[in-house]
Amino acid sequence: MSLVYAFAIAAQMGCGVYLLLSRHVVRILLGVVLLSAATNLLIFVAGGLVFTAPPVIAQGTQMLGGEAANPLPQALILTAIVIGFALVAFAAALVLKAYRAMGSVFTSEQTDAEALGTPFDAEVARNG
Amino acid sequence: MADFLNETALFWPLAIPLATAALCAALWSLPRWQRGANLVGLGLTLAASLVLLNAVMSDGIQVKQFGGWAPPFGISFVADQFSAAMVVISSILALAAGVFATADLRRRQERSGFYPLFNGLMVGVNGAFLTGDIFNLYVWFEVMLITTLGLITLDRTRAQLDGAIKYAVLNLFSTILFLMAIGLLYGVTGTLNMADLAIVLPQAQGSVALTVAAMMFLLAFGIKAGFFPMFFWLPASYHTASIIVSAVFAGLLTKVGVYACFRVFTLLFEVEDGGIRPLVAFFAAGTMVFGVFGAAIQWDVRRILSFHIISQIGYIMLGLAIATPLALAGAVFYIIHHIVVKANLFFVAGAIHRATGTYDLRKAGGLMKSSPLLAVLFLIPALSLAGIPPLSGFWAKFMVIDASFRGDAAWLGAVALFVGLLTVFSMSKIWIEAFWKDSPRKTARVRSVPAGMLAPIAALCAITLVIGFNPEPLVAFSHLAADTMADQAQFIAAVFNERQIAGVQP
Amino acid sequence: MSIIFSTMSRLFFVLMLVVSLYMLFRGHNEPGGGFVGGLIAALGFALLALAHDVATARRALMVHPVALMGAGLLLAFLSGLPGLLSDRSFLTHWWAEIGSLHLGTATTFDIGVYFVVIGGVLCLIFRLYEEVDQ
Repeated sequence: MSLVYAFAIAAQMGCGVYLLLSRHVVRILLGVVLLSAATNLLIFVAGGLVFTAPPVIAQGTQMLGGEAANPLPQALILTAIVIGFALVAFAAALVLKAYRAMGSVFTSEQTDAEALGTPFDAEVARNG
Repeated sequence: MADFLNETALFWPLAIPLATAALCAALWSLPRWQRGANLVGLGLTLAASLVLLNAVMSDGIQVKQFGGWAPPFGISFVADQFSAAMVVISSILALAAGVFATADLRRRQERSGFYPLFNGLMVGVNGAFLTGDIFNLYVWFEVMLITTLGLITLDRTRAQLDGAIKYAVLNLFSTILFLMAIGLLYGVTGTLNMADLAIVLPQAQGSVALTVAAMMFLLAFGIKAGFFPMFFWLPASYHTASIIVSAVFAGLLTKVGVYACFRVFTLLFEVEDGGIRPLVAFFAAGTMVFGVFGAAIQWDVRRILSFHIISQIGYIMLGLAIATPLALAGAVFYIIHHIVVKANLFFVAGAIHRATGTYDLRKAGGLMKSSPLLAVLFLIPALSLAGIPPLSGFWAKFMVIDASFRGDAAWLGAVALFVGLLTVFSMSKIWIEAFWKDSPRKTARVRSVPAGMLAPIAALCAITLVIGFNPEPLVAFSHLAADTMADQAQFIAAVFNERQIAGVQP
Repeated sequence: MSIIFSTMSRLFFVLMLVVSLYMLFRGHNEPGGGFVGGLIAALGFALLALAHDVATARRALMVHPVALMGAGLLLAFLSGLPGLLSDRSFLTHWWAEIGSLHLGTATTFDIGVYFVVIGGVLCLIFRLYEEVDQ
């Protein structure tokens, strides 16, 4: 079972890295999303794959039953998803804003940061 | 009251910036109130961090379980000498930046949310220094990441948006690697508390997962800290931000990565085994050399300084590569010295910009005549960065290089000395171009630099001078901090013997 | 915008707010809580912004999203302080039994999270909508 997950993680990770290397900023963003999804799956697998009861403390008792699943990986993944959600939403806003400002979604054409204070004279002349 | 403060000392350096950030956000439409709240909050944070340092110095390592859950189940917060010192120095820098902001910040930048974001960043930084839980460290990294993205794009200029994208992608990748490493570590050990990990890891069978996790930690923190093959996001983004933001980033952010690196590779993994040591040494040498060469070609003050952050990180990593107690002490000294000096140089760059209207050295000039005070205030951190004798940088470099010659890594010492020479070149370039030569624009009027800018620069210069002329206390402190950091047993004992105060028992 | 959508959006907006409050308080003992509740409420405002315009949604929210986020964060922070005073431990919650009602400072924390999530999500959503409208 773990092997299937391992291949799934590998495939997701591979696609994520491939997209990350693209020049298109939206693809880069999607690559980041895929990578963080793969990471969540990795934590899920690393936390131990077992089919057990949900980790809910039954009424009237103080502790988790012995057969309950480990709640920690779930908590970790939940935290990672929430943080990932916030960051991706923020990054999407950033990408949209950058597209509006620079008129291009290709990183090869988004060169304003390099042009600012460049040591090469031709570009200084261009940017004043 | 004093008892209460001592028992909760660990809590306030986190809580005060958090409350200030929340308050500043709540006062969204009242920038003037935000400014006041910001200054008060930063002042209180500094006071709280000093209380914490005092508590650590008198009672040893401070430990707190938030919510009262016993370790290793709850999230521990731990302050040893190293982390307490980092909190103090970052609070000093934050206060200096807050004062600088009163003179430098424009109305529009205040309206874009500088104060809540800045305090949010301080929460992240202090949290990362104080946490004793590896997953919690990840959370603080993300807090820092999201606030830094807001701060970089404060003016929403094209260059800033472009720089922010580069910053965001590389740093997101780094935190994803970090999270993967945590996942693997958890899979092998079943715990996330750093003290518990330090107990479990030495007993664990050496496995591929652990080696991969260690490498991923190194890579993730390496991207954050700006190590040699992974530093390119830093000079691509730092110079675009407004100068006060650049100064805080330069002083703190890379150092958080370095701090995490030191924590993980002294407490959890040994640098000695696993082949990490030659890798770190290679990274350190590359970081020093390429950073300083990158700076040599630049003409923009902010770009020169950005590249110098990288080369200086190399010196700090040199301490980890050698990993003797002397080297670690040197690294601790170096970090403290470097945070003050580097942020100060960025502040001076801001003052140069205020006076001449440009960051480009080819267009600046004549500052020696028009504002000699600024010239002196530049010279102190610049010479300190280069390692000229009576200043703090000399002692820092001396300790690190001394350790490298004693620790059978003479080639690293040689590289460090060579890089020091090139640092002098860059600093003298700024000096000659901006201060010594006549202004190329005859008609250009040199504006005066307001006291709100000069005061924090002077205060940070004073710290540099005090460390320089009286290094002994800080050297002794660095040795103490390095010994505590290297002594895992002390850390573990502190976390697990903590008296349970809270009423809630798990 | 279709007339059915814009009319129904007002109804759904109110419904979503009610459900979000239900989710918020249900989270006390059962699945739910401030985060989920906040997301649902934020969706309600987003729906309003989609059906009419962002200005309408901003008026319905009354305060600036960031201010709401700050207020929520402050509330969550304050909810941890009582535990600090009594037990020297931040976020150790106080509990009170009023009849069958089991109340605690944890509820205040959850309400704070609710506001933070509404503020944070709407801050981004409004910006994105305005950006697209331009």
